[in-house]
Amino acid sequence: MSPEAVSAAVAVRGSKEGRTEARARAARQYRLLVLGARVLLLAVVLGAWEVLARTEVIDPFNFSMPSRIWDQIVQWTMHGTAQGSLGEQIWYTLQEALLGWVIGVAGGVVLGIVLGRVRFMADVLGPYIKVLNALPRIVLAPIFLIWFGLGPASKVASAVVLVFFPVFFNAFQGAREVDRNLVANARILGAGHRQVTLQVVVPSATSWIFTSLHVSFGFALIGAIVGEYLGASKGIGLLVSVSQTSFNPAGVYAAMAILAVVALLAEGLLTFAEKRLFRWKPGAPGDGR
Amino acid sequence: MNSGNPPGGVPAIELRGASKVFRTPSGEVHTAVRDLDLTVGRGEFVAVVGPTGCGKSTTLTLVSGLEEPTEGEVLIDGGPVEGIRPEVGFVFQQDAVFPWRTVLSNVAAGPRFRGVPKAEARARARDWLGRVGLAAFADRYPHQLSGGQRKRVALAQTFVNDPAILLMDEPFSALDVQTRALMSDELLELWGGSRGSRPGAQAASVVFVTHDLEEAIALADKVVVMTAGPATVKQVFPIGLPRPRKVESVRLEPQFVELYREIWACLGEEVRITRERGAARVA
Repeated sequence: MSPEAVSAAVAVRGSKEGRTEARARAARQYRLLVLGARVLLLAVVLGAWEVLARTEVIDPFNFSMPSRIWDQIVQWTMHGTAQGSLGEQIWYTLQEALLGWVIGVAGGVVLGIVLGRVRFMADVLGPYIKVLNALPRIVLAPIFLIWFGLGPASKVASAVVLVFFPVFFNAFQGAREVDRNLVANARILGAGHRQVTLQVVVPSATSWIFTSLHVSFGFALIGAIVGEYLGASKGIGLLVSVSQTSFNPAGVYAAMAILAVVALLAEGLLTFAEKRLFRWKPGAPGDGR
Repeated sequence: MNSGNPPGGVPAIELRGASKVFRTPSGEVHTAVRDLDLTVGRGEFVAVVGPTGCGKSTTLTLVSGLEEPTEGEVLIDGGPVEGIRPEVGFVFQQDAVFPWRTVLSNVAAGPRFRGVPKAEARARARDWLGRVGLAAFADRYPHQLSGGQRKRVALAQTFVNDPAILLMDEPFSALDVQTRALMSDELLELWGGSRGSRPGAQAASVVFVTHDLEEAIALADKVVVMTAGPATVKQVFPIGLPRPRKVESVRLEPQFVELYREIWACLGEEVRITRERGAARVA
């Protein structure tokens, strides 16, 4: 090989590495830019809110302002709320939401898979489920209050009815849309009806079910909060209702902010669980695979 | 030759005047298979070729018990097919391995479904993974494998059940040409190797559906040419090439070329009919 060729090869490799590095740097810079823009956007919105409220362009009583909301959160954290410590209120709401979510998800998954597999039941129950789904289920919350009283049971019940339907429909769809080849293969390999359901239909429906789990935890929180709002002895919903009746909008907003953080944390946990459960799945396009 | 299997005795698979009619979602009637007669002897490797979409795959689902014939009879070992039989193995055209199971667990699935204890099922699965050259991939998930490797998993998954009847629906059609030749050789080896695995038994009886005539001649004892759909048997060609065969070398032999020319003359006509129909439908 001639010396020119060698040096040319080295030059090519050098420029290639340079380009990879430049690309990595550009990607890093882009991430920083996005993060910066996000922070800036939040600062602008909160700042504008604060300034507009302080200069009384918008009514500071109705709209409150970020500093007051923050003060309210700090006060609740340090000195507790009228109903007890803030942690206790959050824990109460979370418990109700979680319990309602678990029951709703379990019921939705089981019934969805069963109806997806047993055609007769799907044909018989189908129209009724559609009717129930068409009802605005949140109006059931006052009825649950009458049935189950002021305790946690009525909140759990309203969370359950909100959670059940989206999970049910996704599980049903997931069970219906199982790859026919996989079912045929399992049957040839010797699987009976029950084995096909448990070892082929359920695993293939899990990704459908998980999609609904994300949305439905939000629904469970809504159910619990609305239930508490209508009448309770503890919980964030009660905090909202008490703040409202004592003409304290900052309290309402503060409760909302706390709820948002709780919902985000729960969502993060769910995503983590999903990643563990779906190790068999190829990565989504664009995540480096 | 053992006494239970005299020459000219009960064939492994027999279709007598089998027809299959489907009702399409729009309410039309579609005849996939019409008046089909086909016999597969014990341990015989039969390749079925025909134009695409003519109903070859339907023939396999009839034999497998996944579907019932609308008319006529399907017999295995002289008895009518009612439901899926344990001695049948089926390799599908598309990927049908379970994506949420590891390679080892996929291969062990058949024995597990059939009630074999876990440890034994896994031991047998490991053995077959070794035979298809995937011993090192036991803990991978299917999406981490290449198309050829996934097909090997599917082969191991089928062979681990020790099928006396092996149905294959264009199993290698999705693979590239080199991999396909390699897989064909491996299939012949596995098929030949299964001869000794059951006491007193012989190799599985195979029905191999393909649209690739070269593949068909290289693999089979007998090539069945189907008509354009609805499928029925047009002509049967015995393949006298000596075994063991190597796909890459056998197709260069003069006898192979002669057979190819002869069968293509028969098959080509049906392919032309199918193509003209397709053109007429588009027009």
